[in-house]
Formats: sequence, structure tokens, C-alpha cells
Amino acid sequence: MTITVIEPKPVPFVAAVVAAAGAFCGLFVGTAQGNSLLGVFAGAAITAALAVVFLTVFRQEKAARWITTLGTAAIGFAFGGAMGGLIGLAFGWFFGWFIFWLGEGRYRSKLPPYTTSLQVFYHFLFRVICGMIFFFLITPIVVVMPLSFNAEDFFTFTPEMLRLDPEGYSLKHYRDFFTNDDWQQAMWNSISIAPIATLLSVSFGTLAAIGLSSEHVPFRRPIMAILISPMIVPLIISAAGMYFFYSRLGLQGTFWGVVLAHAALGIPFVIITVTATLVGFDRSLTRAAANMGADPVTTFFRVQMPLILPGVISGGLFAFITSFDEVVVVLFVGSAGQKTLPWQMFTGLREQISPTILAVATILVAISICLLTTVELLRRRSERLRGMSPG
Amino acid sequence: MKLTKTLMASTALTVAAVSAHAEDMANSMTLVSWGGAYQKSQVNAYTNPYQEMNEGLEVVWDESSAEAVAKLRAMDEAGNVTWDVVDVVAADALRLCDEGLAMEIDPDEHLAPAPDGTSAEDDFGDLLVGDCFIPQIVYSTTFGYRTDMVPEGAEAPSDICSVFDTETYPGKRSLEKRPINNMEWALLCDGVAKDEVYDVLATEEGQQQALDKLDTIKDDVIWWSAGADTPQLLADGEVFMGSTYNGRLFSVIEEQDQPVAMMWDAQVFDLDGWIIPANLPEDRLARALDFIYFATDTQRLADQAKWISYGPARASSAPLVGQHAELGIDMAPHMPTDPENAKNTFLYNYEFWADYRDDIDAKFQAWLAQ
Amino acid sequence: MSDTTDTGPVLAADGTPLKRSLNRALRRQKLRALGLIAPLLIFVLVTFIAPIADMLFRSVENQIVSNTLPGTVQQLESWDSTSGEAPGEAVYEALYYDMFLASEAKEHTRLGTRLNYEETGVSSLFRSSGRSVDDIGEDYIDALEDLNEVWEDESFWYTLMSGGEDAAKNRGLLEEERDRLASLTSDNFGGNIGFVPGQEISDLLPNTARAYTSFALFTVVADEDVVAEEEPWEAVKIALVQDLKRGVDLSGYSGFGADELRAAQDMLAEQPDIAFKEAFLEMDEDWAATDNWRTIQVYSPPFTTGYFLNAIDMQKGVDGPEARPENQQIYIMLFKRTLFMSLVITGSCILLAYPVAYLLSNLPMRTANLLMILVLLPFWTSLLVRTSAWKVMLQQQGVINDTLVWLGLVDDAGRLIMINNQFGTIVAMTHILLPFMILPMYSVMSTIPPSYVRAARSLGATNWTSFWRVYFPQSVPGIGAGSILVFILAIGYYITPEIVGGTTGTFISNRIAYHISSSLNWGLAAALGSILLAAVLILYWAYDKIVGIDNVKLG
Repeated sequence: MTITVIEPKPVPFVAAVVAAAGAFCGLFVGTAQGNSLLGVFAGAAITAALAVVFLTVFRQEKAARWITTLGTAAIGFAFGGAMGGLIGLAFGWFFGWFIFWLGEGRYRSKLPPYTTSLQVFYHFLFRVICGMIFFFLITPIVVVMPLSFNAEDFFTFTPEMLRLDPEGYSLKHYRDFFTNDDWQQAMWNSISIAPIATLLSVSFGTLAAIGLSSEHVPFRRPIMAILISPMIVPLIISAAGMYFFYSRLGLQGTFWGVVLAHAALGIPFVIITVTATLVGFDRSLTRAAANMGADPVTTFFRVQMPLILPGVISGGLFAFITSFDEVVVVLFVGSAGQKTLPWQMFTGLREQISPTILAVATILVAISICLLTTVELLRRRSERLRGMSPG
Repeated sequence: MKLTKTLMASTALTVAAVSAHAEDMANSMTLVSWGGAYQKSQVNAYTNPYQEMNEGLEVVWDESSAEAVAKLRAMDEAGNVTWDVVDVVAADALRLCDEGLAMEIDPDEHLAPAPDGTSAEDDFGDLLVGDCFIPQIVYSTTFGYRTDMVPEGAEAPSDICSVFDTETYPGKRSLEKRPINNMEWALLCDGVAKDEVYDVLATEEGQQQALDKLDTIKDDVIWWSAGADTPQLLADGEVFMGSTYNGRLFSVIEEQDQPVAMMWDAQVFDLDGWIIPANLPEDRLARALDFIYFATDTQRLADQAKWISYGPARASSAPLVGQHAELGIDMAPHMPTDPENAKNTFLYNYEFWADYRDDIDAKFQAWLAQ
Repeated sequence: MSDTTDTGPVLAADGTPLKRSLNRALRRQKLRALGLIAPLLIFVLVTFIAPIADMLFRSVENQIVSNTLPGTVQQLESWDSTSGEAPGEAVYEALYYDMFLASEAKEHTRLGTRLNYEETGVSSLFRSSGRSVDDIGEDYIDALEDLNEVWEDESFWYTLMSGGEDAAKNRGLLEEERDRLASLTSDNFGGNIGFVPGQEISDLLPNTARAYTSFALFTVVADEDVVAEEEPWEAVKIALVQDLKRGVDLSGYSGFGADELRAAQDMLAEQPDIAFKEAFLEMDEDWAATDNWRTIQVYSPPFTTGYFLNAIDMQKGVDGPEARPENQQIYIMLFKRTLFMSLVITGSCILLAYPVAYLLSNLPMRTANLLMILVLLPFWTSLLVRTSAWKVMLQQQGVINDTLVWLGLVDDAGRLIMINNQFGTIVAMTHILLPFMILPMYSVMSTIPPSYVRAARSLGATNWTSFWRVYFPQSVPGIGAGSILVFILAIGYYITPEIVGGTTGTFISNRIAYHISSSLNWGLAAALGSILLAAVLILYWAYDKIVGIDNVKLG
């Protein structure tokens, strides 16, 4: 389908670009070893030489890439042990790929043929910037994971960990999580509170969203404002208010108190996602069902529900996460018997800092990834159902 | 009956005797404490043996001591107090007592006498502050420093004023994010005599003087609000020295084996102990009193010191303090009350801070935020 | 149409006029919609709106002063605070009775704590006075009891005050005192207490009857004892002394205890008056301080603007509101800082989110969805985890500093300070709120047809022009939606500034939390909360006007 001609680029151009990248990497390696200037020149020279050799003398991509990767890994290992080897591996892999990607002109394959060199440059500059933003988004989460295997009880990378010494790592924080009563109790509390709260907000929320999306609703704006308010009102205010009010009703410190509070907090998410799905909902379908003699309940469950189900589920997931991740309100409304995971993590952070928190975090991130995949699959299914192409 | 009970408790033969009374007592009890190593020491020294004596008793821990006053007040407003025994610092116990939220205690009726027959009132002595407070431990707020960060040529810090001496001891300090203790230390190091500190601090000029002194190190301070902060900051090498509770430092030094040492100078003594919320239903009250009677006897208080380096509040417990249960080191030299450590100490002035807390805190926070 | 021109209104199938039939259908539809909404609306109103309204009410509520010291407040009305002199004897006498009852009910220190927010030192003044208030007038009580032992006798007192079984009763007084105690302690003082003051004796000795009635109520309800078996409080006896010394005419009284009363009156006539003021001053000289009295007077109404004034760094002065001393001003600055930092956070979110949203909306669907997971993953990771992750990253011995030192960009002594200050809060919160910016932007950008930009380009516009003049204006709604959402969420943040904010990076929410859980100044917390909530509601209103709340999309 592409009309762009992919052709090998002139070797001097490739060598120059690669050398620039090499100089950049060399700067870091050089400063780390105590001589930045040498690093810059050595980096530029080595990578440029590699580019020239691979593109002129030794044009076998696969073999060349293996050689670079393993070669730099070996050099890195010689300089900086296991960690150095790992970094060398990454560098080598990158340059092996980079030389051929540039040299073969593959980088233009997805761009229109008329783009000028400057435009190509901007295009990739933009990609690099976006890449850095994604890096910013994801690094904190990635950094947490190795720390959860820390053999020490503190939040820092120990020298053993940086040397990739097995002694610096241990599973003890995971063991702690699975054997410590406090954490287990907290996990069961979270697991029992979140689904009930979600069920409440989803069932009430879906009904209300259907009501709100019909054409003639009096006082729509104020009603909407009230229903959205749990998302808008600063949590500390909600928490304090519920704390005083629930105390008076005898709900403070009870299971149901926390469930009701969390259900209230989850409602805006259900309302927002379900009304959004209902915007695209074709009303003639319900009328058709009614015409054919289906009663409203049947119509709802057989026609409307399957179509808005993705919205309902994703609203439910948001409500679930809200409850599962909520700490301010539960700190106020709950008591020892309702200690949830976030609460336990919060006291963990305040009273006895231990990487068990990070182990829990890693487990939760894994669960998040599973949930996200579920949502993505559901979304694709819904688009298929609605006849849109999944693209 | 009380005498027999004490005797039997000390010989750990009470199972039969206590279960005879257990019918009138609730068989679940909610204790409120601080979490962490401190709560662990209470579990080991108090509730584990107590549960062995009372089969079927359920103990629920709530780590809300930091918000105990606020929560108890709200529970009381609602007329639904769910806690049975609450661990609080003495200042909070006074506030709770003042507000009628804690039950008044008669030491000789509710607490066990010492093994030699000394009454509880005499055994606890001056530590019985207020009418509701049942003292448990003496702890102190003091400084720890990184031994590997002491500058070459300088001596290890041994004077409170080295906190303010950033020239000799460069590096960050961590101080608690509240005026209490910090203001006193600042005045001490600004030439105010120890017994005049509170008189000076009661005046506008004195408060300003203290803030001015703190201002000289403001850029070098990390302010902490949770007990775990300073140990973490010290372990990470984020600060050179920092104030925290002495038991936290003990665990960093001895249990975690970090290069940290204590600086006991001008440590501020404070008390921590139990209160029983006012107006408990009869069965729960009976249980709470029974537990308190057991958990604050001479042996139990001494047992707690096996797990954490806080001094027992009874005079009669001191000689019984032994070795750490897991590390096997002598605990006595790690107690804040050890004569070697207590050469220069300071006692938290409850009355003063009850009055000046709001006022000085407003000024302190305004100063912090500048 | 032609079929129905002859008859007037158009008819529906069942013969009713079409207009009415349609109206009815419309009404039914409306009702059905409301019926669907109603359960949730009620749910939210009860579980969410009511608690918030309830809390905000605390910001003006101030009944504690008039509930605890009702008599004093009444007497104090006529006192001129500008006179520079402490109030007269009558105020101190009223204070004695109020303080006595309050300290029995253990409410005086609560009031002391309340007033200490306004005037330092009141707390200990009330605490110490409560402890020694029952010593006032000891000599008179001793004299009374020396005169006749019946004044120590509980059943004598009981019969005297109830006037015997058949006497006319003063139920009004009982109810009055019931209400007073109920408002003092906020407990229920209802039910039969086995005592009603006699009509005759309460006309004769009004103060004594009042004091005895509250004693009786308190004994039965709070202490769960029997009135006739308890000796009355000192305050009851002092009230008797005062009644008798005021020259009550006992000549017409012939009921129970008439002789004893007469003897007491004769004896007391020779004694000087009880000096309440002197006694209070002896107890604590601060009772002479006009500032303390002015505070009580200023805060005596049941509702106050005091908390709100406090929340904007003002206080109630002698002539209306005035600014607080400079070294206590903090809230205005905190509000400003909260606004400023939220703006910076919103700004950096826009800067970071725009390229990402643009990239996502221009990539093929499958790739975009994969990258979307990178956006949603942090969004769904626990807030606490992300905050502690930033702590790990930013601290001086943290990942970033370690990397920089390893690379040689900074030396070991010059590690950057990136946490416990505004920078830390801004970075961490930008990271946490970024998905809330990306998602609305993405949903707007993916609706912009690429053909517009292509058209502009083919008409000769440069890259920049076609972006700035054609694409950007169409993406503005996305920026608006994301910005307000992020801003609203940012200004109420609590956990993240608490953990990484240090002193310069904390928000007004942290101060609210402090007042709720540490200083217990709930009124001030509510006032600060109300102001914050008002700001948020204005933003919400703007959001609804500009974007419409229906157009928010999440993922």
C-alpha cells in the first residue's frame, strides 16, 4: 500500500547521524568513568566506524546486529560488572537497529513520499518528545517494582541491588504480605467492600443515567450537578462531612458506612460513562422492541442492556478502582474492622516504612494490567457489535 | 479477690479463676494504638499472654492513636463509642479527661499493687498525670545522627546545640512539624536558662526569639510528621541528624544495623499510656478494667521493655527490665531513663502547651509557610 | 390534514384531544425519567450532600458559649467592653453557678478549648477554675452547717425543696432546667426523676430551687443515683445563702423547714456578702483581664462569623473585624499558594498532555490503544504507590539524584533538592493528574477530521500555520475540559502534598485535615472547607457552561 520508495541512504549521512547519537551516549559513559571528553569522541568514533563497516563491508543485518549487541555487552561487563553488561546490551541492541533503520532508509516507510528532510526530522523529534512523556508516565511505576524485591527494609536501591547481586534481592516482602495478618485482613476488607460499593453505584447509577438521557427531564442540570458532586468536592471535605454525619447515624466505623461512602464516590464515574454510551444509543431500537410487544423490562435487558453494557462495565471498573484505591474517606469513616489495603499502605508509609507496600503495589499494578486488558477487549467487542471497524 | 488475682496472674495459673468471671465480660475488645514496633511490643507483652488466659477473647487493634482525640470526640457526639482501651500520649489523655471523654481512674482500685505491696499510686508516683491516665511507658524525643556523616576532625555531636550548628555539622536535620519541643530546644541554644524556658516562651518576644533561632537552620530542615520519617531519612542518608522517639532510633541502630547513634542531650521526656473511654456498657467496661489491671502490673510493664526501648512507668518494673527478646542485648542502657542517658533532660510541660498550643502553632505554621 | 379541518381539536386514536394525549404522554415520560433518577438522587442526597451540608454548618455554629454559660452571657450583655474594667459582681455570681454546673458536667474545659482558639490562656483558666470553683464560699457553707446539721442532711433538703408530696409543684422550672442541661451536655435528660420542685418554695427561694433542680436532674440522669439520698452540691447551698441574704421575707412561710430557714437567715444577716469577684480573682487573676471577658461576650451569640474571619486571617476586634497580627497570617497565603500551584500543575499537564493526545489521536487505532494502556496504567495504580514512587525517585539519595551523580552531572555533595518542596508536589501531582488531561483532550482530538489540515496544507499553508490556524482552534475544547477537570481535582488534593510537600508544598487541604484531626478546631476547618468548596463550585459551574458536563469522557 505504501508508495514511498525505500532506498539505502548515503553512508556519510548515516555515519554522521549515528556518530551524533554515539557521542551523546558516550558523554554519559565517559562522565561515569571520569572523562567526558574522551567519552564523546570515543562514542562518536566507535559508532561511526560500526556504521561504515556494516553499511559498506559487512552488509549482513542479522549477524551484524548480534555482533554489536553482544560486543557492547561484553565491554560493558568488563567495565561495570553485571549492571554495566546490561547497559551495554541495551546500547548495542539500539545501535545495531539504529544503523540499519537509518541506512536502509526504513524510517521513511510510513511517511508520505513528499515530506522534506526537515519535516522528517520534526516528525521524529516529536516522536522522541512523546516518548519522553510516556517515559515520565511510566518510570515511577517501573522503578517501584525492583525495589519491592529489596532485601533491606528501606526504600533505597542498595549497592548490592545495583550490582545485580542476588543477595540484594529477596522475596521477603511478598512473604510478609501473604503471611502478615494485618495485610491479609486489609486485603479481604478491600475485596469485600469494593464489589458491594461497586454494585450499589452501578445499579443506581445505570438506572439514573437512563433516566437522565431521556429527552424530557426536568431540572436536568441541577440533578446532574448533584450526582456528579462526589467527584468534584475535595475529598477532605467529603471525608470530614461523612465522618461527622455517619457518626451521628451510627454508621461510622461500620462496614456499611464505608460501603455507602464508597458507593457515593463511585457514582459520578458510572453516570459519566453510561450517559456517554447512551449518547450513541439509537432510541428507535427500544421503540422497535416495544412495537413488537416486548414489555419495558424485557426491552431493557434484551435490547438496551447488551448495547450499553461496555459503558456500564467500564463505569463499574472505575467505581471499583475508586473504592479499591480510596484512602482519605476510609481513614475517617472506617475503623479497625474496615481497614482496607490503601489504609494499611498509608499507615505503613506513616508508621513503619517497609517495602511490603511496594510488593503490594507491584501486585496491584499486575492486577491493573489485567483489568486494562479486559477493558480493551470489551471495547473492541462493543465496537464490533456496533458495526464500527476496530481499526 | 484482687490480691488472689495478682498472685495467680504472677504465677500464670489464672486460667480457671478468670474464666469464672469471664461470663460478665465482653469477649471482644478493641484496643487502639500506634501501630508499628510499639504495637508489636504491646501484642507480645500484653495481649498475647492475656489472650492465653482468656480463651475465646477476640482482640481487635485499631491504629488510630494519632487521631484518638478527634475520633473519640466524634464517637461521643454520636453516642456510639466502639473503642474499649485507647493508647494515647499524656497530653491527649489530659484533653480527653478534660472533655469528659475518658473515664476517671482510681489507681488503687483499678490498678495492681507492686509485688512488694506498694500501692499502685505510689508505684507510678508523679507519672499519674490527670485523673484518667494510666501510664505505661516513659519515652523521649531525642536526636539520632549518622556516624558516617560526622565531618572529619569534628567530634561526634553530644550537645543539643549542635543541631543549630550547621558550620561544624553541615547536612540536613529533621525536626517535627510542630512547635512543641523545637521551640524549647531553640531557646535553650539561644542562651535561655533551662528553668526559664516556659516563662520566656509565654511572651510574644520569647516566641519570636525561638522562631528567629529556628530561622537560622530553616533551610537545612526536613520537617517530619510521622514517627517513621526520621528513621527512614537517617537510613537513606537524607539527613545528618534528626529528632524522633528514642524507640524508633533503637530499632534503626540495633535491629536494622544502620550507622546511626543516639544523642541524648536535652531529650524531652513524655508519657504514653492507656485511657478507658467514658460511659462504656457494663460488660465492655468490665473487660477493659480487667485487661488494664493485668496489662499494667509490674511484670507486664517490664516485659514490654524486652521488645522496645521505652522505660516502664512503674518504679517496681525497672529492676526487672532484662534483655531484648530477639537480639539478646541488655535493654537498660537503651532506656531514656538510664542515668547515663538522662544527664540533661526536659519534661514536657502539659499545662503550658494546653494553653499555648493553638496560638504558638498558628505562629509556627505561618513562619514555616513563609 | 385535510381530513380533520372540519372538527376543532385533533383527536388521538382513543378519542381524547391529541394535544392532551401528547401532554399526558410527555408527563408520563417525565415521571418515568424522574422515577429512574429518584433512587440515586435520594441516595446521593443522604449519603453525600447531607453530610457535607452538616459539616459546613459547623462553620457558623457557636452555641457552646451560651449553652455552657447561659446566666453569665445574659449578665454580660450590659457590660461595656471598652470601659477597660472587668465586669461587676453580678456577672461573677452568674459565672459561679454556670461554672459549677459546667464543671459537674465536665463541659467547662470544652468551652475553654473553644475560647482558647480566640484568646490564648482561656483553656487553663477554665480548667483551673473548674477544679476549685466548689471552694468558693466555703466559710458560709460551714457556718450554715455549724448552725444546724440539717443543712447536711439529704432528706431534709429533698423535703424542703419538693415541699412535701401534696404541695403544688413547679413543673415549669423542672422543664426549664431539663432543657438547659440537655443543651449543656447534649444528652437526653427526659424521664421521671422522682423530684419536682415545690411551687411555694421556688417562689420563695428562686435561685435555690433552680440550683437544686439541676442538681436533682444531674444526680438522677447522669450519675444514676436517687435524689433524696444525695447531699446537694455546694452551689445549692450558696444559692440558699444568696437567697436568704437578699432579704427574702420568710414571715409568711409556714411549710417544711421554716424554722431552720429563719434561723439561717438571722445568722447570715450578720455576715458580709459573698465576694464572688474577689474569689474568682483569687483563683486566677486572669479573671480580671478584660480581654478574656470581651472574648466571651463577642462569642456569646449562637452563630458566629468568627470562624470565617479566622479563615481569611482576620479576627473580631473591638470595633468589628480586623486583620490578625502579621505573624499569625497564614490562610490567605495558603489559599493563594493552592491556587498558584494548581495553576502550575494544570499548565504543565497541558504542556505534557497535548503532544501525547495528538500522537494518540493520529496513530492507527490498534497502536493508539496499546499506547493508551501506558496512560491508563498510572491512572489505575494506587495513588499512594505513585506518591511513594515519587518519593523514591526524587529524594536526595533517590533514583534521579543517584543517576545524575553516577553520570557525573552533579557531584555527590551537590545533590539536587527535589522533594519536600513545591517542586516535588508539582512533579508528583502533574504525574498523577496527567491522565485526567490526556483523556478529555484525546476524545476531542479524535473527532477532528484530518482532512482540514490536509486542505490547509494543499492550499499552501506551512506546517505551523496549518497547525496553529486550523488544528489548534479545534482542539481548544479538549484543553478547556481537561484544564478545568485537572484544576478542580488539584485544588482539593491532600495525600500527595502531605507526603512529598514538605512545608512549602502543602495545600489548604492539609491545613483542613490538621484542624480536623489535631487541633480539633472543627469550626475553622469547616470555614476553610466552605471557602474551598465555593471555589470548586464556581469552577464546576464554569465547566458546565463551557464544556457541558455530559461531554466528559473517561477512557
